[in-house]
Amino acid sequence: MLLPRFWLEDHVRPELTTPQLVERLDLSGTAVERTYRHGVGNLERFVVGRVIEAEPHPDAERLRVCTVDVGDGNRQQIVCGAPNVAAGQTVSVALPGAVMPDGTELRPAKLRGVESRGMILAEDELALGTDHQGIVVLDDGPAPGTPLDEVLPIATDVLELEITPNRPDCLGVYGVAREVHAVTGAPLGPAPWREDPGSAGPIEGVEVVVEDPDLCPRFTARAFEGVRVGPSPEWLKARLTAAGQRPISNVVDITNFVMLLTGQPLHAFDLDRVAGGRLVVRRAHDGEELETLDGERRLLNGDMVLILDGNGPTSLAGIMGGARSEVAPQTTRVLMEVASWDGPNILRTSQRLGLRSEASARFEKGISPESTMEAQAVAARLMVELCGARLVPGTIDVGGAPPPPPAIRLRDAKLAALVGKAIPRERSAEILRALEFEVGDTDDGLEARPPHFRSNDVTREADLIEEVSRIDGLDKLPATIPATRSAPSAEPRPAGLTARQRLRRRAQDGLAGRGLHEILGWAFADPERVERLRLPEDDPRRRVVTLANPMSAEQSVLRTMLLGSLLDAARHNVARGAGEVRLFETATVYLPTRPELQPDEPFHAGALLLGPSRPPTWRDPSPPHADLFAAKGVLGALLDELRVPWSVAPSNEPFLHPGRGAAVLAGDRRVGWLGELHPLVARAWDLEDAAAFEIDLDTVAALVEGRVERYEDVTSFPAVRRDVAYSVPLETRAADLVALVREVAGERLAAVKIFDRYEGAQAGEGKVSIAMHLQFRAPDRTLTDSEAAEIEERVTRAVEQRLGGAFRA
Amino acid sequence: MIDRIAEIRAQGEAAIAAADASVELERLRVGMLGRKAELPQLLRGVRDLPSDQRGAVGKAANEARQALEGLLAARAAELEAGELDARLARDRVDVTLPGDPAPAAGRLHLLSRTRREIEDVFVGLGFDVADGPHVETVYYNFDALNHSPTHPSRLWSDSFYVSGPDAVDRPDSLLLRTHTSPVQVRAMEAHPPPLFIVIPGTTFRRDSDATHTPQFHQVEGLAVSQDITLADLKGTLLAFARAIFGPERELRLRPHFFPFTEPSVEVDVSCFRCEGGVLADGSRCPLCKGSTWIEILGAGMVDPNVFGYVREHGYDPDRVQGFAFGMGVERIAMLKHEVPDLRLFFDNDVRFLEQF
Repeated sequence: MLLPRFWLEDHVRPELTTPQLVERLDLSGTAVERTYRHGVGNLERFVVGRVIEAEPHPDAERLRVCTVDVGDGNRQQIVCGAPNVAAGQTVSVALPGAVMPDGTELRPAKLRGVESRGMILAEDELALGTDHQGIVVLDDGPAPGTPLDEVLPIATDVLELEITPNRPDCLGVYGVAREVHAVTGAPLGPAPWREDPGSAGPIEGVEVVVEDPDLCPRFTARAFEGVRVGPSPEWLKARLTAAGQRPISNVVDITNFVMLLTGQPLHAFDLDRVAGGRLVVRRAHDGEELETLDGERRLLNGDMVLILDGNGPTSLAGIMGGARSEVAPQTTRVLMEVASWDGPNILRTSQRLGLRSEASARFEKGISPESTMEAQAVAARLMVELCGARLVPGTIDVGGAPPPPPAIRLRDAKLAALVGKAIPRERSAEILRALEFEVGDTDDGLEARPPHFRSNDVTREADLIEEVSRIDGLDKLPATIPATRSAPSAEPRPAGLTARQRLRRRAQDGLAGRGLHEILGWAFADPERVERLRLPEDDPRRRVVTLANPMSAEQSVLRTMLLGSLLDAARHNVARGAGEVRLFETATVYLPTRPELQPDEPFHAGALLLGPSRPPTWRDPSPPHADLFAAKGVLGALLDELRVPWSVAPSNEPFLHPGRGAAVLAGDRRVGWLGELHPLVARAWDLEDAAAFEIDLDTVAALVEGRVERYEDVTSFPAVRRDVAYSVPLETRAADLVALVREVAGERLAAVKIFDRYEGAQAGEGKVSIAMHLQFRAPDRTLTDSEAAEIEERVTRAVEQRLGGAFRA
Repeated sequence: MIDRIAEIRAQGEAAIAAADASVELERLRVGMLGRKAELPQLLRGVRDLPSDQRGAVGKAANEARQALEGLLAARAAELEAGELDARLARDRVDVTLPGDPAPAAGRLHLLSRTRREIEDVFVGLGFDVADGPHVETVYYNFDALNHSPTHPSRLWSDSFYVSGPDAVDRPDSLLLRTHTSPVQVRAMEAHPPPLFIVIPGTTFRRDSDATHTPQFHQVEGLAVSQDITLADLKGTLLAFARAIFGPERELRLRPHFFPFTEPSVEVDVSCFRCEGGVLADGSRCPLCKGSTWIEILGAGMVDPNVFGYVREHGYDPDRVQGFAFGMGVERIAMLKHEVPDLRLFFDNDVRFLEQF
């Protein structure tokens, strides 16, 4: 909301500069987004002038050459194009050096050859309104030379306020004035509605029926006759203009002015166009239509509230009037409607129709029923004063004022206990009174009844505590640290982290330590991504959580794996010239369970390697590209770091090279996959070749949770080392050979490691030679060479018999 | 015989002295002291000599062998030293060529790192880290956090729903959590007070422009006990602000409105880039826009209505009180590291990632 300072000062005049005022408002809960200057600049160049002479311009039909007294006998020649300029008028004058509302500086000029040293001003040139038809003639005739800003509000600071949704009372100038009063102590002027020229009782010829009082708690109306529609006076236009509203006509301006002053929206009907003089408030029928003031035809439903006259719908309650009964220049009888509406209902209607107005923005936050009569009082006075109207006796008031809200206790002890600082009871009372609460004393504190305009917002002791503490000033609070700590939890959290949280950190650190950069991918995915990943119809990863209202089709489902995000990031980097990409992500993926139930959200770790597996150098100019084994090395380092026993088994993932993919096993559980990307998948992301893996860290965490490594004696007795090589059939897997060695060698085997693999003539046709380091050890003595030889012999026999292999060395 | 021994010895000594390579020396050793050489044969023949000659010849031969062995060893050592020097000289390299790059460490994503820094500050203050589901129910995301039925963030236009268009009004409808606050409720359901937790995590709102991404990250905090005060909130956040932004920082609380706290505040930290809103070159500080304060988070005392939803878990609103706060990880990272554009976090450009 825009708050012109000069308008605020109609009601409260704090002795503060605008920046000081802004800080006080900011620190008491009325946030000021920004402040700016509205109107003209270099004020001393704007003065009152009197037109002495206004002669025709020798060379221009429409211009007059005026001699203007600008004070102290100082006369200036000013060329003026306004049709209404005439000798004897008191006018507003800008002298050279004046800064106009658009920021330009006025300079002496020649107009069609005649020197002009200033400008006689029209409304828009003073930022008082939009009228440019003629110059402003000042009625009361202030003396020439009087500074113009003493006569007209030609310049002001404007504060742009951010009003929180709980404070619709501050969507009115007087409401903010009340806050300023409470915060600064500057006296608050009398309420603008203190004097009401109206009277109670029915109005002849006008009837209002409210059929749905749940959505319209109060409906008030007053009638005016002999209304003369015309322009508003400068003071009113100036206030509306500075508050960002365009002046239209006195009647419409009054409704806007009163709304901006009190926060309560009003609507003026042309009473002669209210068919039958009767208004009905009811829910719309489904499919009913209404043409609103903005010229749109609106299709309504049964949740929306209409105001109807004898000819049907005439207004969309609380949001916008209808075109049919709008006040027009020829209007002479006005029905002023001021009602209160159910906030949530107004919000829903305005959202459904995509129609928001100054009125709906206020009603949706809940305006108290009492406010209606305050607005009627101000409007009635102005209608009489400014439109020459006669106020018809009576006020229609359907619903009436609700009972006052209950008083709330404020215990001194509770206040101190919640805030952490004692505030004297007298200070609390002073603050609450300044905010117009009714305050009384109790044994242990106060009792405060909120004013009607705060009755929704302040209902509990905590709410009163907020009022007192925010006005008292949070800057006075001490800074302390809580004395207590969490109760012991069932789940131990050394260093504040659960085992699973610590494992996630270790995984991230481990991968980063292996030279991979962490990325953050979108949880959102393109539903088409599963096609590019070649996932077949029955693949469970095609079952996705689908958003009902995505922002775009490309982000309309949730990802079931991290690979797509890694590929997106790889493509981004390769497209920008990166030749080597090593990325990882650890994040949640989303696997649907049953409809309408929360999905499973396992936490995955994925990595992608692309390009040289190590940076090329002058002596290793073309290192091998990252392949399955490069990725497996990183994966192994990660899983070893997490202390999980793991292995891989050949497996086909549709997005992997059919011969270069594997399942990752931890214990006997499948926890993920590893491999080189299928060339078609790589191509779908504009990549050459890449290797990747992805594992479910939660499953891994479950496997190692609570596990403690136990000491094993490896130093007391030395191991016996043997290197062996076997030639085995080509299709034999290295893992099978190793498994066989483990099985046969039994507990004496301390370590086995493949160190060479050879295919060729010496291995034999259809054979491969695999060489291994073996270590044997006994826990209680040093093994003899012959014992080791005996184990090796058993292994050899098993390789021959079970794998069809042969000992080579 | 003795003369012959002296002759062998003299020849040997001369040859050893003349040898100038280890290979040659080895050939000499074999020639003079090997199994078939003359001197060892002489020695082996000593026992066949007449007894009167045995002593003298044996002694002379032994001395000659020992002398030659000694000379050979000494000469070998000399030659080796020289040869090593020569070999080392041949092995000289151009030390100015580039070294092999050590395997470069990767980086945690800046948001990951910032999130950890924030977590660690609060862990140090006695908070535990808690997390919860991203796909939440309307009940946990809004209802139990005292969001009025008309709160705008419930809108179809503001939040991502998983359930259909009628979802907005049903407590069991699913949506992507719009904040990490639902975990507050879940944590209170699971643990009686006192409870001190921070809740980091991914959150989602239907918003995408220069200052919003539909996916972002928050860290929330919740402290509940019988005697937690607004002053405790101020002290805790001051400790946080100083840990993250520097020991000179001050804190400012501005009253505000949030559905789940009462009183509610927005929290500003004193600007760490400027003096009095002005940079060293006299220009207005772009960070605090000359105000000397930077908004970093929202906070407040937990609204009694929120406790009302978990009353049966030990959170009687008349007996417990506490504070809650929430901040954007992106915002903290942008402020601290001068990252100008939110979208950089999600581009995953390595040239960005490796800076932090």
